Amino acid sequence: MKTICLYFEIHQNVHLKRYRFFEIGKDHYYFDDYENERGITETAERSYIPAIKTFLEMAHLYGKAFKVAFSISGCALELLEQYAPEVIEMLQELNDTGCVEFLAEPYSHGLSSLANEDVFRDEVERQAKKMKELFGKKPTVLRNSSLIYSDDIGGLVASMGYKGMIAEGAKHILGWKSPHFVYHCAQNPNLKLLLRDYKLSDDISLRFNDSSWNEYPLFADTYMDWIAQLPEEEKVINIFMELCALGIYQPLSSNILEFIKALPAVAKERGITFATPSEIIAKSKSVGQMDVAYPMSWNDEERDTSCWLGNVMQREAFNKLYSVADRVLICKDRRITQDWDRIQASNNFRFMTTKPMSVGMWRGIYDSPYDAFTNYMNILGDFINRVNALYPTDIENDELNALLTTIRNQAEEINVKDKEITRLQTRLKKLEGAAPASEKKVPAKKAAPKAAPAKKETPKAAPAKKVEAPKEEAPAKKAPAKKVTKKAAKK
Amino acid sequence: MKVLMFGWEYPPHVFGGLATANYGITHGLHAQGDIETLLCLPRPFGDEDQTACKIIGMNCVPIAWRDVSYDYVKQRIGNIMNPDDYYRFREHLYADFNYMHVNDLGCMEFAGGYPGNLTEEINNYSIIAGVVARTEQFDIIHAHDWLTYPAGIHAKQVSGKPLVIHVHATDFDRSRGNVNPTVYGIERNGMDNADCIMCVSELTRQTVINHYGQDPAKCFAMHNAVYPLAPELQEIVDKRLPYKDRKEKVVTFLGRITMQKGPEYFIEAAKRVLDRTSNVRFCFAGSGDMMNAMIDMAAAYGIADRCHFPGFMKGKQVFEIFRDSDVYVMPSVSEPFGISPLEAMQSGVPSIISKQSGCAEILDKCIKTDYWDIEAMADAMYSLCTNDSLHEYLQVEGKKEVDGITWEKVGIRIRKLYDQCLQK
Repeated sequence: MKTICLYFEIHQNVHLKRYRFFEIGKDHYYFDDYENERGITETAERSYIPAIKTFLEMAHLYGKAFKVAFSISGCALELLEQYAPEVIEMLQELNDTGCVEFLAEPYSHGLSSLANEDVFRDEVERQAKKMKELFGKKPTVLRNSSLIYSDDIGGLVASMGYKGMIAEGAKHILGWKSPHFVYHCAQNPNLKLLLRDYKLSDDISLRFNDSSWNEYPLFADTYMDWIAQLPEEEKVINIFMELCALGIYQPLSSNILEFIKALPAVAKERGITFATPSEIIAKSKSVGQMDVAYPMSWNDEERDTSCWLGNVMQREAFNKLYSVADRVLICKDRRITQDWDRIQASNNFRFMTTKPMSVGMWRGIYDSPYDAFTNYMNILGDFINRVNALYPTDIENDELNALLTTIRNQAEEINVKDKEITRLQTRLKKLEGAAPASEKKVPAKKAAPKAAPAKKETPKAAPAKKVEAPKEEAPAKKAPAKKVTKKAAKK
Repeated sequence: MKVLMFGWEYPPHVFGGLATANYGITHGLHAQGDIETLLCLPRPFGDEDQTACKIIGMNCVPIAWRDVSYDYVKQRIGNIMNPDDYYRFREHLYADFNYMHVNDLGCMEFAGGYPGNLTEEINNYSIIAGVVARTEQFDIIHAHDWLTYPAGIHAKQVSGKPLVIHVHATDFDRSRGNVNPTVYGIERNGMDNADCIMCVSELTRQTVINHYGQDPAKCFAMHNAVYPLAPELQEIVDKRLPYKDRKEKVVTFLGRITMQKGPEYFIEAAKRVLDRTSNVRFCFAGSGDMMNAMIDMAAAYGIADRCHFPGFMKGKQVFEIFRDSDVYVMPSVSEPFGISPLEAMQSGVPSIISKQSGCAEILDKCIKTDYWDIEAMADAMYSLCTNDSLHEYLQVEGKKEVDGITWEKVGIRIRKLYDQCLQK
């Protein structure tokens, strides 16, 4: 019995505005609000809403026979929250039907997995937390930005406790192997890999409405026949694409949603089922390990990272960006962390590509890769200045780390002491409460005003000396209080 | 195939961009193997390279009968032309031009270059062209720029051979729209009589179609090319200091300082860059009617200490400037082609060019901005001066790109158009 795993990426880039070098240091807002609002509302109206509506109908129509998975980048989520909250509501509604799984992914949809382990961990954690908040379940399967995967990334993801990861079924990696099996990571056999069948995926996302394609027009029956005709032992068919494919890359007028809607029915006729990534990972055994020495992705013919890091400009921008990663990570300034997420997005690097493109490339507001690079570097220049203003550049990262660890340790120490104080105070109160129960009211009244100043000091998390002072007092108080109880007990 | 070509200047005596283009075209055609070119020049110096074409000095072609001895002719013009040719031309006088200012050989003198009495020289040139056209055998006529259009028309009328004109610039480019009616008249007349119009860019082609009312079917874009650097120039360029060792960056403008070239936009952009950084210098290599105004402007902005005006550059000096530059800028308001960014890129200088220039149509590894968008221009200058990777990328890739643009390819395309013209 074959199983189809359907997965959609929801990601929208937060567009950068035109930012000239003479604005560096003067203007710290980098985003093109108009374009962002226009972009996200257009995408929501033309693609996300009609597509999710169709999934809802399918969920009601087929019940548990239909399964689908999504991953939402943090940047897209922020945009949706601000401009198209109805999309999130619809996703929640879909989530309630129980036929959906949400995957984890880096918050920024950036390239941190290639640059900095800590940033990657932090990003994924934040996104996973957000998924839990919105959809009630912590993801167990991860997908990296644009399906970037290598052995090292796999090892890292496994160490974070994820059970599975989805990746590209790139020809140069698979060779004679088929993507229709579950594989596992070369560095950690506990991490299972689902590989995208790019032919079947692109049939929908790239070619569906292409009238020069020899299979045009494509019907759900034909498509399902292709899957049914695959060899008996090939069990898992992974169809991954962007959600934009439904409605934007392939217009709604091409009846793509009707096509999608028909899939579960025609699948059932042929004994093919649907499942979410985690279900497949739980059920299936890995057939072998997958060795991926160099990162691969689902982008371009090459299926590698060359569209983001192919030329010297992209590499300089990338290195500059992650040169401040450690500092941003320790920074608590919300504006800096938000800007950090947004400028990390891989789309910004894509605009700088100088690769000849078979498909016409959309460069947004930029004229040329050089223009994109210049604009990005200006913004990055300002951003780095802001980060450096927080932490002086003459302190080395290690030293800075040491200082920050000291501060963190001290904070922890204070916390521990605070807890001790409250514990003792409650105990004191209990004892005091016990005291007035007996006829001795006078010592109780005396104790009360003494306790009050101590209370005020605690929330302030005052320097150690002050904290210690009441601590010394407390055991001193203990003794008379005990005596009181004893006296009371005697009487 | 024999081509009768009318040109105005030819290396090594360069007055403007026309000489280089003319040189490239004749050599590109020569590379075809079966094309013979007769190039008419008003005042050759005798030291021109004649491998690709035979040069006829128009100041050595008689238009009035003079009985002179072979030895005398040889002594007078032997360095430029074979005396036999003089006698051959003398056989084909077609009217009595004794009333003109002719010398003892029956020839007319030319000042050369672009003197004040240019219209008079154009007229004389066309009179002499009549003699040449009656004497020589050829299949097609090729006239470069408006100065030689009347000569081309004359030759066409005499011989009945098709006329190809090559538009290197129009008066619309030179004057930002305020055309000189005399010049326009000459240009228009030439185009109306031409069987085929080659324009140095699509931009110029559109001007020719829209402002001169020409049939789009006979207008073709024929982009210029560059020759690989000569060894002695390459040697100069190779002495460039590595990017890292250059404490101060130099941004260069090279060309006539006139309205067409947009020097004021360069200053405006320079001002914005200097507001921000102090290690950049700006160099205006060239002269022209707006030079003093530009110096005033730089002074008024208080950036005169960072702007340098070394004057007109030629030959080797151009490449010495390129060697010491980090960025080349051509902010032309309207540039039919603009060959100097190609030379800059050959010398390893990344270029910023205006979208209103013809070479922008064939260049990809350079930064293009609108000439009026001074902010974008300043941004690009700043970026090239501060981001090593962008500079390196455009330096390496730019050179590669320009090395692929050769006159041989242009020659093949011109040949194709000749063939089409002859079949009509």
